[in-house]
Amino acid sequence: MIELRFILEGGDFDRAGTASSETKKILKQLNIDPRVIKHTVVALYEAEVNIAAHAYRGEVTITVSDHQIVAVLKDEGPGIADIKRAMLEGFSTASPKVREMGFGAGMGLPNMKKNADVLEVESTPGSGTTVKMIFDF
Amino acid sequence: MKIEKIIQLLDAKIVCGSHRISDDISNAFSSDLMSDVLTLDAENMLLITGLANVQIIRTAEVAEIHHLVIVRNKKVSEDIVELANELNMILIESPYSMFKASGILYANGLNPLY
Repeated sequence: MIELRFILEGGDFDRAGTASSETKKILKQLNIDPRVIKHTVVALYEAEVNIAAHAYRGEVTITVSDHQIVAVLKDEGPGIADIKRAMLEGFSTASPKVREMGFGAGMGLPNMKKNADVLEVESTPGSGTTVKMIFDF
Repeated sequence: MKIEKIIQLLDAKIVCGSHRISDDISNAFSSDLMSDVLTLDAENMLLITGLANVQIIRTAEVAEIHHLVIVRNKKVSEDIVELANELNMILIESPYSMFKASGILYANGLNPLY
């Protein structure tokens, strides 16, 4: 079993994606099916962008075992008031700055759901959000 | 379509990754919305974009895209070039608008993704 850990800063768009990039390199070295790698890193990158866009800071933990990859992204931030609404395609509270970067179209969480076998979102408004994703192989 | 031909058709120049000039591409996708690019289920396609920030490289990396055209004369910064080089991508800059660049490539036989 392998565990990877990354610290993310809210607002840091220059570094958003580095955890996904490092994870991709390691999953490749582990010879995991390229389709599983793609699903994992696309969903992870969406989650990283969400933290850069909305949270103050976050921590990513990736655990790779024999038959699955588990990614947990725990952030300190404003939280999500209405998770059901946030899961809808097209719903977004992103700032104009985030939109200028090519994101904030309300597609992040739906795309994470599409790519992961399991997606769990827990949030406490005013405190933070934890996203757990499982990718089976 | 060879990258070489794409460069010629778009009056473009290579920013980095010239070793990929003979790569053959059959599909392309034009977007300034990286969220859209991340929903695509395709590999080895050409991405045509008007954005010139580091997230186009990160998006291309996770989406397994190695060929990018940056339109509207946008210039990428040194750190973006460095990252693209590290990830083995070719970056091309064209003075044309996204519509014109896409239209020319489509008319010359490059296929849309869908």
